Amino acid sequence: MVKFRLERVSAPLWFRPLIPLIALLVTFLLTTLLVLWAGADPLKVYYYFLIAPLSSRVALIEVLVKSTPLLLTGASVAFAFSAGYWNIGAEGQLYAGAMAGAWLGMFLGGVSPVAGIPLMMAGGFLAGAVWAFGPAILKTRLNVDEVVTTLLLNSVILFLVSYLLNGPWRSPVSMWPQSPEIAQGAHYFRLLPRARLHFGFVVGLAVIVIEWFVLQHTPLGLRMRAVGLGKKAAQFAGLNVNRTMLVAALISGGIAGLAGVGEVAGIHFHLIESISDGLGYSGIIIATLGGLHPFGVGLAAFFIGLIDTGAQSLSRALGVPVYLGTVVQAILLLVTLSLFVLQNYRLRRA
Amino acid sequence: MFAVQMQGIVKRFGGLVANDGIDFELKVGEIHALLGENGAGKTTLMRILYGLYTPDEGEILIGGKPVRIHSPRDAIRAGIGMVTQHFTLVPTLTVAENITLGESGSLLDLQQIETKVEALSGRLGIPVKAGTPVGQLSVGEQQRVEILKALARHARVLILDEPTAVLVPQEVQALFEVLDRLRREGISVVFISHKLHEVMTVCDRVTVLRDGRAVGTVEKSQTTPSELARLMVGRETFGVHRQGERPSTGVLLRVEGLNVKSRKGAVGLHHLSFEVQAGEVLGVAGVSGNGQAELGEVLSGMLQPESGRIWVGTQEVTGASPAELTRAGVGRIPEDRHASLVGELSVADNLVLDQLEHFSRHGVLDRNAVRRNAERLIAEYQIKALPETPIRTLSGGNMQKVLLARSLSRNPLVVIASQPTRGLDVGATDYVRGRLLEQRARGAAVLLISEDLDEIFALADRIAVLFEGKLMGILNTREATVEQIGLMMAGTPLKRSSVKEADRG
Repeated sequence: MVKFRLERVSAPLWFRPLIPLIALLVTFLLTTLLVLWAGADPLKVYYYFLIAPLSSRVALIEVLVKSTPLLLTGASVAFAFSAGYWNIGAEGQLYAGAMAGAWLGMFLGGVSPVAGIPLMMAGGFLAGAVWAFGPAILKTRLNVDEVVTTLLLNSVILFLVSYLLNGPWRSPVSMWPQSPEIAQGAHYFRLLPRARLHFGFVVGLAVIVIEWFVLQHTPLGLRMRAVGLGKKAAQFAGLNVNRTMLVAALISGGIAGLAGVGEVAGIHFHLIESISDGLGYSGIIIATLGGLHPFGVGLAAFFIGLIDTGAQSLSRALGVPVYLGTVVQAILLLVTLSLFVLQNYRLRRA
Repeated sequence: MFAVQMQGIVKRFGGLVANDGIDFELKVGEIHALLGENGAGKTTLMRILYGLYTPDEGEILIGGKPVRIHSPRDAIRAGIGMVTQHFTLVPTLTVAENITLGESGSLLDLQQIETKVEALSGRLGIPVKAGTPVGQLSVGEQQRVEILKALARHARVLILDEPTAVLVPQEVQALFEVLDRLRREGISVVFISHKLHEVMTVCDRVTVLRDGRAVGTVEKSQTTPSELARLMVGRETFGVHRQGERPSTGVLLRVEGLNVKSRKGAVGLHHLSFEVQAGEVLGVAGVSGNGQAELGEVLSGMLQPESGRIWVGTQEVTGASPAELTRAGVGRIPEDRHASLVGELSVADNLVLDQLEHFSRHGVLDRNAVRRNAERLIAEYQIKALPETPIRTLSGGNMQKVLLARSLSRNPLVVIASQPTRGLDVGATDYVRGRLLEQRARGAAVLLISEDLDEIFALADRIAVLFEGKLMGILNTREATVEQIGLMMAGTPLKRSSVKEADRG
């Protein structure tokens, strides 16, 4: 019998960029059975997942629309994670931004978009940062685990939104619990005729580029990465670890807030309870898939947007549940995370 | 009659030779100390005996018969048990359950096990409460459970790896009584330690290891603590030595009445006072774990003192942060170089991490300046790396050079060097020592905290000795002998009259 043993060896540098591709392949192999069980042809399924959304203008634009908030939640999570602050609360911070957008939008009647849009963005960013402040200060002052606090606040703000939409903010003209329509001056403008791709997509791309610049080319970014990669070494070098984490947490919250504003000002024009439906959690997947690098995050956001769109067209075309897309996403994340760990091990003959 | 004979044991880890042809013989029913500094190879040798490592060369005989030990399972079958500093007990299970854990067998009858364990503990005179969850026991009691666990598996040879490191003095006394009883039962004990007085109290014979070699085995009745100290640290000459004396130009580092609370498993510092002059190296000697790490951390701003005051030049820096200390003119060479650099970041980034304000304009990093700085320091300090090389791929020596470059390139007034050559090869060691002496020649005050007595004697103008967080005295190196320092390291204070700095309070 041939015996093997596990050895710890660092993976060569060229291997890292290949991880997403290998993950994709492994995920498809793993989900084949599931697809067969759902009664569909795997090849067709993967065609609808990956190729179909890219083959028509309408579908491609829909992919970009779906990617828009994901760019921002992914960037939000990646920014905090880079500094070793585990912000699981992008979902809640997105709602905070959406609330701010819906509220500000009610008062911007007659205001020009030139003033209205920046105001909406500033308000959304601020609201996201405010919602991120509590866990951040608890973490840096009292070392309270931010994973728990940011996660729990996600449910808190959902109840808050639910209360507002069923009470004080309830639109008098709607059957559903939703806020009044925001003023015209608060609307994000459309990028293309006859399509709902909006200014938020540009915001998303800009944030990605700015985040890359901040992380790579500013002292703040270097401090954040040093804290994230080696807290004790950063402290020894004289960096203020807590202040750096606090700043990273607030900016991260702000970016997630921008995602919320975009959904209100670019898609719905009012606040509804299901405005996010997990965009913040997808941000965690995207940040991880992107290896916390802003450009990787951009690609991952686009990819998840693609799968989301694909899952919808798939269920329409083949009659399989829409949840198949969610399952594929989840398995992809698990496989990617496993590869990040497993890349440092080799099987050798004993 | 020997219980264990180890012959010509060689164990290499990469380029490092941890055991270099060691012979070790353990008699039946004796307590045998393995004495040596950190890194001398004591634990490695015993891990080989317990099957945790396989030796590269050499033979092991048990009861006179050659055996192959490939795993702890083999060792246990051969009647060997080991108790490490980190206990392997399950806190929520009872003493009895812990003791039988890992024994093969079918269903557990708890009642029967408890009776068995109590019988065993009664026979050996090792009192334990069989039904109590281990988590509720003190550290000393847990250690007793570990010992019983080994004996329950019919161990005739018991290895204890620095058993007193985790105990308070009363527990140490109790442990010694237990060991005495085991000896009368005919069980052989290997007692790994670097504490001279404990070895002299409890052991029958002592084998001293140094640099992976056995330098001698002596009967306790025929040796003295100072002879053991001399065997432990040895005296070898190195290429780098301090030259001449420099006239003092004033005190650059002053520490007064420094107290640090003892943390879990550490001794803390107790009323430490000393001064370091410009152009002087003050060596801090001591057996590891006697407060050196705490002293280095306090003077690096990584640990805040409970009381006491610290001055750099005329500026008081008590309670200063690492950044404030750097600004006050303290260059810090940390004990744990891996944890003091960011492994995933590049050499260039690490070299500017403590002075980012000098390498940015309008909130943007000046990447060219960062790179030029790295190129200059890499050349000046002979670091074998490129500016963009990640730190984690560097050897220990090159990491140390990065740390030297970062702190010494700013011409600090005071240099705090903690174990600066630990784990480095001869070339890197000489290099680091040379750089430290350069700082002395430049007129900096150098505090050299080191467990390597050769290093202290080669570099230091004066030698301070720490024992259990207290200063045992400060000697001029010219007047100091290894015997004297060895005694101080073992806890004998220097006579009050001969040193004014020591024991001020």
